[in-house]
Amino acid sequence: MVRIIGILIGLFFSGWLLVSFGMGAKEYITNPPAETAEHEFHLEAKEISFSSDGPLGKFDRQQLQRGFQVFKEVCSACHSLRLVAFRNLEEIGYSEEEVKAIAASWAIQAPDIDPATGEMSTRAPLAADKFPKPFANNVAAAAANNNAIPPDLSLMTKAREGGAPYVYSLLTGYQDPPTNLPKANQPGPGLHYNPYFANLNLAMAPPLAVEDQVSYSDGTKASVDQMSEDVSAFLIWTAEPKLEERHQAGWAVLAFLLIATILAYLSYRTIWADVKAKKKKKVTEA
Amino acid sequence: MSFPWAKQYTPTTEFGQWMDEKLPVPRLIYNSLGAGYPTPRNLNYMWNFGSLAGIFLVVQIVTGIILAMHYAANADIAFDSVEHIMRDVNSGWMIRYAHANGASFFFIAIYLHIGRGLFYGSYKAPREMIWLLGVVIYLLAMATAFMGYVLPWGQMSFWGAKVITGLFEAIPLVGKPIQELLLGGFAPDNAALNRFFSLHYLLPFVIAGVIIMHIWALHIPGSNNPTGVDVKGPQDTVPFHPYYTAKDGWTLGVALIFFTAMMFFLPNALGHADNYIPANPLSTPAHIVPEWYFWPWYAVLRAFTFDFLFIPAKLLGVLAMFSAILVWFFLPWLDKSPVRSGMFRPKFKIFFVILVIDVLVLGYCGGAPAAEPFVMISQLAAAYYFAHFLIILPLLSRLEKPEPLPNSITESVTGKPLTTAS
Repeated sequence: MVRIIGILIGLFFSGWLLVSFGMGAKEYITNPPAETAEHEFHLEAKEISFSSDGPLGKFDRQQLQRGFQVFKEVCSACHSLRLVAFRNLEEIGYSEEEVKAIAASWAIQAPDIDPATGEMSTRAPLAADKFPKPFANNVAAAAANNNAIPPDLSLMTKAREGGAPYVYSLLTGYQDPPTNLPKANQPGPGLHYNPYFANLNLAMAPPLAVEDQVSYSDGTKASVDQMSEDVSAFLIWTAEPKLEERHQAGWAVLAFLLIATILAYLSYRTIWADVKAKKKKKVTEA
Repeated sequence: MSFPWAKQYTPTTEFGQWMDEKLPVPRLIYNSLGAGYPTPRNLNYMWNFGSLAGIFLVVQIVTGIILAMHYAANADIAFDSVEHIMRDVNSGWMIRYAHANGASFFFIAIYLHIGRGLFYGSYKAPREMIWLLGVVIYLLAMATAFMGYVLPWGQMSFWGAKVITGLFEAIPLVGKPIQELLLGGFAPDNAALNRFFSLHYLLPFVIAGVIIMHIWALHIPGSNNPTGVDVKGPQDTVPFHPYYTAKDGWTLGVALIFFTAMMFFLPNALGHADNYIPANPLSTPAHIVPEWYFWPWYAVLRAFTFDFLFIPAKLLGVLAMFSAILVWFFLPWLDKSPVRSGMFRPKFKIFFVILVIDVLVLGYCGGAPAAEPFVMISQLAAAYYFAHFLIILPLLSRLEKPEPLPNSITESVTGKPLTTAS
């Protein structure tokens, strides 16, 4: 009985799936889906490697500091970095004094409550504060940016397919729209053509447009390419500040497990030796 | 509940004797996981994944309890509390990555364990109850994993919760109230997050309880083995401890090497980038995809694109998706072949290989965007899936001529007949 009902249900599901397949296939052949312009013009992220890549990867602190400088002088005007605190900058090589100075001179004030009146007020950030947001809320952010809200950058390299190479590609990928781009995909007012962006048109104006937009204190030439690479590296750190600890712990754990597994394998061989020997003996006897 | 030649527990110390009289827990462990459980001597490495799945459940429970100490189940701060774990809690990143990747490894172990049971006929008499309890464990694990993925309250958490609870909406009449009951509202929000957290904490312990019954039921007939032939005498078995504890032990080491390599060097490879964006009810991600272990079922769900008479395609998809797993409950009675092991069933062997490839294809399509040609491929693959369990297996048990079975486990191992070997 179970089997008869089963066969009937099976015939229904499989049969209807095959019918659906037939109808779908007919539709697919007679009316093939048109390729979208997004699909045709969209580019995959450029190939670029960072010192933090791979299981042995470490941060290049000099580069992270340069990237931080780009963030500070360019990105932070519109983008928040709400999950990172000034004190975290000590992890990329700034001293405690430098961090205090960076916080105190930050262009955006931190929100606070006036201790005397209880009114909302602002003050210079402290090392313990997270980076203050450039806009009070999303409405203010959208109003100031042609209705597009600049996303928070803390997790950006983990929150996009393609990670840091994608961020780098986006920053260096602005170009004039190709002449054969369909009208519907032409950048509208306030939009900028960038083939690395999913729908090809980005509300963010090219943020790193001219050479020496920032002047690096370590003498590195601040080309657009260099600045983009540095700030992408900085955003790897903001998204995954424990990356180096993770890699280090990983190797220690693997070394331990490798030894433990070899020992466990040897004891397995020893324990099974008598059973396997009996088996061999019997096989040769036979 | 064991073979007559099973080793007997004899307490060696006075305390052991005292304990054995009052509360024989050591005896219970000795008989279930120790030397008191005679196990077929010929188990291959496919028999290692049951204990491995159990160990990964323990990893999940331990890491999960620690995470719950720092996590806040509130829609406003859940996302930030996870980032707090990643950034400010000592070794919090390690615990969280272990928990996130541990779920995947639990499912890898459980899928290999299910595949082992399917191939070697471990679901057949007298082991039907073990199989049924196993299906229950799998269903509970899926519910637990789904709710766990909602907790970080990222974009994929939110939209996954919306899509999956939305499935219940397809049920006629009662669908909408069921969905609202599950979510505690009209859309995923704080109420949903809180109940998912509560249930996500509860269900692993329910799973642990069902596992105890699963092992209890196992110890009545004893373990199946690659030949599928019953144990005939003491020469066919070895004590579970130390033989299989040692074998499971060293392969546990291998599994942990893969697991830690993943969690320390590719911790986000099995996740979705979108889940690092805080949940936003106003912005739908381009592709809403569940975790990889749900992909085959997700492909079955999306394979139904046409209404059947008065049944809408969505309801068909939901029914088919649940049926795809519920069919396992009937498997012991659908496959009536008296031969257990696929080793001795020449045609079954071929169909089994097709099934494995079929499920992998379904999985690939389930993870791909809902576009052609993936929908057409999943339609063919889902058609085979149902045909395999509901049509091919029942017919095969009548039509197939199995190969001759060895007389005993020992004969299959040593190549000598039982009478002279012992």
